[in-house]
Amino acid sequence: MKLVNLIRLALLALERNKLRALLTMLGIIIGVGSVITMMSIGEGSKESINASLSSMGSNMITITPYSNEPGGARLGGSSFKTLTYKDVEAMKKNAPDLATLSPLASSSGQAINGANNWPTNIQGVSPEYLDIRKLVIKEGIVFSEQDVRASAKVCLLGKTVVDNLFPNGEDPIGKVIRFGKIPFQVIGVLVPKGYSNFGQDQDDLIIAPYTTIQKRITSSIYFGSIYASAINEGASDAAVNEINSILRESHRLRQNQDNDFQVRTQAELMTMMNSTSSMMTALLTAVASISLVIGGIGIMNIMYVSVTERTREIGLRMSIGARGIDILLQFLIEAVMISITGGVIGVVIGVSAALIVPKMLNWPTVISEFSIVISFLVCAVTGIFFGYYPALKASRLDPIEALRYE
Amino acid sequence: MSNKILEILNVKREFTMGTEIVRALKGVSFEVNAGEFVTIMGSSGSGKTTLLNMLGCLDKPTDGIYMLDKVNVKELSRDELAKLRNTKIGFVFQAYNLLPRTTALENVELPLLYNPAIGSKERKERAIAALQAVKLDGRFDHTPNQLSGGQQQRVAIARALVNEPVMILADEATGNLDTRTSYEIMALMQDLNQNGKTIVFVTHEPDIAGFSSRTIMLRDGKVQKDSMNTNHRSAKEALAALPAADDY
Repeated sequence: MKLVNLIRLALLALERNKLRALLTMLGIIIGVGSVITMMSIGEGSKESINASLSSMGSNMITITPYSNEPGGARLGGSSFKTLTYKDVEAMKKNAPDLATLSPLASSSGQAINGANNWPTNIQGVSPEYLDIRKLVIKEGIVFSEQDVRASAKVCLLGKTVVDNLFPNGEDPIGKVIRFGKIPFQVIGVLVPKGYSNFGQDQDDLIIAPYTTIQKRITSSIYFGSIYASAINEGASDAAVNEINSILRESHRLRQNQDNDFQVRTQAELMTMMNSTSSMMTALLTAVASISLVIGGIGIMNIMYVSVTERTREIGLRMSIGARGIDILLQFLIEAVMISITGGVIGVVIGVSAALIVPKMLNWPTVISEFSIVISFLVCAVTGIFFGYYPALKASRLDPIEALRYE
Repeated sequence: MSNKILEILNVKREFTMGTEIVRALKGVSFEVNAGEFVTIMGSSGSGKTTLLNMLGCLDKPTDGIYMLDKVNVKELSRDELAKLRNTKIGFVFQAYNLLPRTTALENVELPLLYNPAIGSKERKERAIAALQAVKLDGRFDHTPNQLSGGQQQRVAIARALVNEPVMILADEATGNLDTRTSYEIMALMQDLNQNGKTIVFVTHEPDIAGFSSRTIMLRDGKVQKDSMNTNHRSAKEALAALPAADDY
């Protein structure tokens, strides 16, 4: 029998049992729909993590102090004091793959403006920090090298701090606020960045020259961390190697001694974050694909019923000249029709769910063609796989017995 | 001399039921020439059905030779048998075996669907012609449950005719019908036979056998009697002779 006729035949058979066909499809519909939705949510979160990480600067390298205690209780990085301005200078001089560097000395405390106050974090940095972290000035100016050298009491404010210290919408530029007991003149306001993926408010900060923070607030020559940026993304690894050897030398570490600092690139962080979200996606997709398999079993079940129901019809078709392959294809195509129709409906539902989810739940989603193609292929294969055995059974019926079947 | 459609030589068929061997046909031989109208009669258990399955190429003999239109059936594969059934044999069943919820026209088109040489236009034309030949004009779009038993059987006959087979094989084709309708079907069969169709008709009703030109009696898997009907009746006349007020 020609393929066109076989397809027409399958459509007719499905049309005659509309409700049954629809119920059989349901498993596939739910399976395909949820696979696509899950994958788009996974893709979406991956993409938003990537976007927010690269908004922090994709060439960024962070250097933090790290325990080198051999054995015994290890303490957190911040309790170690190993990074000084000497390290910054050494790196500035000897690391050709580093574009810029900025130390970071931070402290938390209460920011005060008249009757308003707000607990926040003050970050003492050099002007390059803004480039490295991709921070942009909205109004006002950045402090200069001159301000750093002079330990000037000037600062830049994040939006959250502005909102809390100047609730009436006054212009903060030029005003003097206090951080703890130290007065700072506001010279600039940052463009808001919103929340990070970790749920951190990236606008809740004050930025000031590191010299000022070290002298006035932390009273320490050590930095909490050093931020650097490689000349480009590809140079990250080379830059990390340079940092390692420069810092080991400047910290006078012997061959067998562990680093007393830790170097992290943004790329590493990205990989780490992505692997977590990939795992989540894989897990969700696996759960969703179970319903695809169940849908397939549903098809198999209903095809067996259909073959039994139509035993006489099969006998008749054989007696008037249908070959085994004709019968096989008739039932196989019917099964594939069910699964593919279910697949199409599932794709439509999955895509619409992926479009609705960001609006309802505020989760980012990205619909990938890959997930659509894959789930579509999977359901076609499901139809063939689970439809094959009932079809084979039908094609192997003995026409004599099939004709006499009651 | 004459054109042999069927040639059966010492055909045997045995079935294995567990450890026992059941011998349904114990050596049957006969020939059917083109244009004959043969009835095969016999009581139940005589091997009628087995012989019919064999003639219809649904089954192959255990032993012996069966030549259908000069093709030795025994040497054919399953698929080749299917092709043979498609092109050389038209089946008519006792239970009509029409596809439910499918129009008369589509039912008649069915055998042609399995013949790749025939396109959709020719298929439709031939199906219409076949339905007209069984006098079912104007019922093309009726489904089996909208047709009477006799009409359904006529659709089935049209389906058997549509592939222009060398032989029509009827299995108790009047078994489910009342006398009047049976006679109508037999009249149709006689018409077809007069137009040159070879018909092999299996029945257990002697009066139906009376309409054929030759009767083969089976008994215990063997041919008991093979006789020409010298005074075979005309179904049309028999129909006219039936009491007029038959509709109770």
